[in-house]
Amino acid sequence: MDLKPETLAEIEAAIPKYPEAQSAVMPLLHAIQKDQGFISNEAAEWVAEKLGIAPINVLSVVTFYPFFRQHKIGKRHIRVCRTLSCAMAGGSKVCDKMLAEFETELNQVSPGGEVTVEFAECLASCGSAPVMLVDEDLHENLTVEKAKEICDKIKAEAKS
Amino acid sequence: MAIHPKEQRLVLKYADEPGYTPHIDSYLAHGGYDMLKKAVTMEPQAIIDEVKASTLRGRGGAGFPCGLKWSFVDRKSGKPIYLICNCDESEPGTFKDRQIVHKDPHQLIEGMMISCFANNVAKAFIYIREEMPYGAKILDQAILEAKEKGFVGDNVLGSGYSCDIVVHRGAAAYICGEETGLIESLEGKRANPRIKPPYFPAVLGLYNCPTIVNNVETLCNAVHILDLGAEGFKKIGRPNNAGTRIWCVSGGVQRPGYYEVGEMTLGELVYDVCGGPLPGRSIKAIIPGGSSMKILKNGERYKGKNPDGSEYDWGLEDIPLDYDGIAAAGSMSGSGGMMVLDDTVSIPAALANLMAFYSHESCGQCTPCREGSLWLKKITSRMVHGQARPEDVDLMLDVAGQIAGRTICAFGFAVAWPVQSYIAKFEDEFREYAAHLSDPNADRQAIKELACNG
Repeated sequence: MDLKPETLAEIEAAIPKYPEAQSAVMPLLHAIQKDQGFISNEAAEWVAEKLGIAPINVLSVVTFYPFFRQHKIGKRHIRVCRTLSCAMAGGSKVCDKMLAEFETELNQVSPGGEVTVEFAECLASCGSAPVMLVDEDLHENLTVEKAKEICDKIKAEAKS
Repeated sequence: MAIHPKEQRLVLKYADEPGYTPHIDSYLAHGGYDMLKKAVTMEPQAIIDEVKASTLRGRGGAGFPCGLKWSFVDRKSGKPIYLICNCDESEPGTFKDRQIVHKDPHQLIEGMMISCFANNVAKAFIYIREEMPYGAKILDQAILEAKEKGFVGDNVLGSGYSCDIVVHRGAAAYICGEETGLIESLEGKRANPRIKPPYFPAVLGLYNCPTIVNNVETLCNAVHILDLGAEGFKKIGRPNNAGTRIWCVSGGVQRPGYYEVGEMTLGELVYDVCGGPLPGRSIKAIIPGGSSMKILKNGERYKGKNPDGSEYDWGLEDIPLDYDGIAAAGSMSGSGGMMVLDDTVSIPAALANLMAFYSHESCGQCTPCREGSLWLKKITSRMVHGQARPEDVDLMLDVAGQIAGRTICAFGFAVAWPVQSYIAKFEDEFREYAAHLSDPNADRQAIKELACNG
C-alpha cells in the first residue's frame, strides 16, 4: 500500500478516537478512497490488518455502503439527486444534460475520463431542489442552463 | 433565508442573521454556552427532570419524549454511557439539521454537552451523513474551538466533568438514520438494524453499553429548555407538542424552504408562509413528515374526537401542524419534511420514485423488506412505463401488507405506508394505470422524469 503521508496521518489520528478499533473501519476507508479513488482488495486487507480484524469484515462494509466503491471513477464525481422533491423540480433533466454534455451514461466513466455521473438518493436539500453534488460541492436550484455552465467549467478545468 | 414574520425562531434564531458565522465567536456573542455554564452547576438529575417536564419530543421521526428516553438509560450496569447525535438526515424531504450544522454548529455542541453532563456521558459521537462533507469539517472545527475554550474535553469549565465528542462520517446509507442501524455502523459494521428486545439502545446500545441516540434538533432544544425553563418551553405549541419545530417544505409551493414555527395550522404554513401553490396550479396532496409518512389528500375531511371529547372536522388546511394534529389526521409529522404535490404530479409516478428509493435503501436483512421493496419498485416502474397489469394494484397492496410489521425495524412501515396510503386515497389513478387506461394525453415523458428510476 502506497499511501500519501497525510492519509497515513489521518489514519493514525482516527483509530484512537474510538473505544474499539473496528469502529475506525469507515474513517479509514474514507481516507483511503480519497487517496486512491477506490477501495482495492489490497486496501481492504491493509485496513483489516491495521485494525486487527478479518478482511471479510472490511469487505462487508465496503460492499454495503453506496459511497465506498471497488472500481475507478472519473476525475470528478457527480451525483444528481433523483428523489421525489428533486424529481418534481426537474432533476431528471439536469442529469440528462450532464450525461449528454460528457457523452456518457449513468455510472460510467465518461470517454474523456472527466466525470462519472450517478443518481444519488435524497441529498437533504429539498428546499433548493433540484440539487447535485460535484465531489464535495453542493449545487442548488439547478436548471438545464446552470448544469451546462457547470459542465463547461469542469471541462475547462480538465483541460488546464 | 429570509425569516417569515409568522415564524417563531428558537433553534434557528441566529442561523440566518447577517454576519453570523459558524465560528465560536459568533455564538459567544449571542450568549452561547451560557446554558452549559448553568448546567454544570446543576445536579444532573435536575437537568433530566427539567427535560422530562418540558415534554420535549424527538424531532427525528418517531416523536418519542426525550426525557423519557433518557430515563430508560441503564445507570447501574457499570458500563460507560454513550450519547450519539443522529445527524444522518436522509429522510426525503428533510433538510433542517443541515441548517443547524452548517450555520450554528456550536448550538448543537452545547446541547450535546448539556445532555452528556445530565446523563454522565464521557464520550459522545455525531454521526453525520457522508453527503454533508462540509458539515463534518465545520463540526470538527467547532469541537476544536469549544475544546480551546474549555466547553468540551477534560474538566469542562473547571467542573471536574470530562466529555469528548467525535464526528463520525457515514457512507450514503439511509438505514443509518435508524438508531440501531446507526449503532452497528458506528461499530464498523454493515448498518443492519438490531432486534428490540433485547437491543434497546438505552440498555444494549453502542458496544452493548447504554446509549442515547437523539436527533440534532432535539439536542439543540436542551439549550432552550434550560434557558426558558420547562414551563416557559411548554408555552410554545399545544400541550404535548411543546416547543418550536423546523418544517422543511419542498415541492409545489411558491416559497419552499425551512421554517421554524410554534403553534399554527398546516394551511397557514403552506399558504401563508410558503405562498401556496405555483400560479395556475392547485395542491393535490401533501406528504407531511418525510417520504415515509402517509399522504394527506386535499379535499378530504379529517374527523374524530379530541381528548376532551369534543369533535373535530378538518380540511387539509385546518390540521394543527404538530405531532398530535397530524396523527389525528392519520399520518405523522415524522422528521418535519413536508412535500407538497400539486395537480401536475402523477401519484403513481411519485410512488414509483419513492419505491426506487426504498428498494435501494433496504439493508437487505429481512426478506419481506429486501424482496418486497424491489418487487414494489418493479411494479410501480412498469406501471409508469405503460406496461401495467390489471392485477397490479391488488398485488402492490398484498406485497406492502406482507412487509409492514414483519421486519426488524420500522423501515418496513416506511416502504408500506406510501403504497397503502397512496392507493387508498388515489385508487382511481392507480386503477387507470393498471388497466392501461391512462390518459392518452398524459405527458409520459414527464411521468418518467418524475419516477426517475431508470
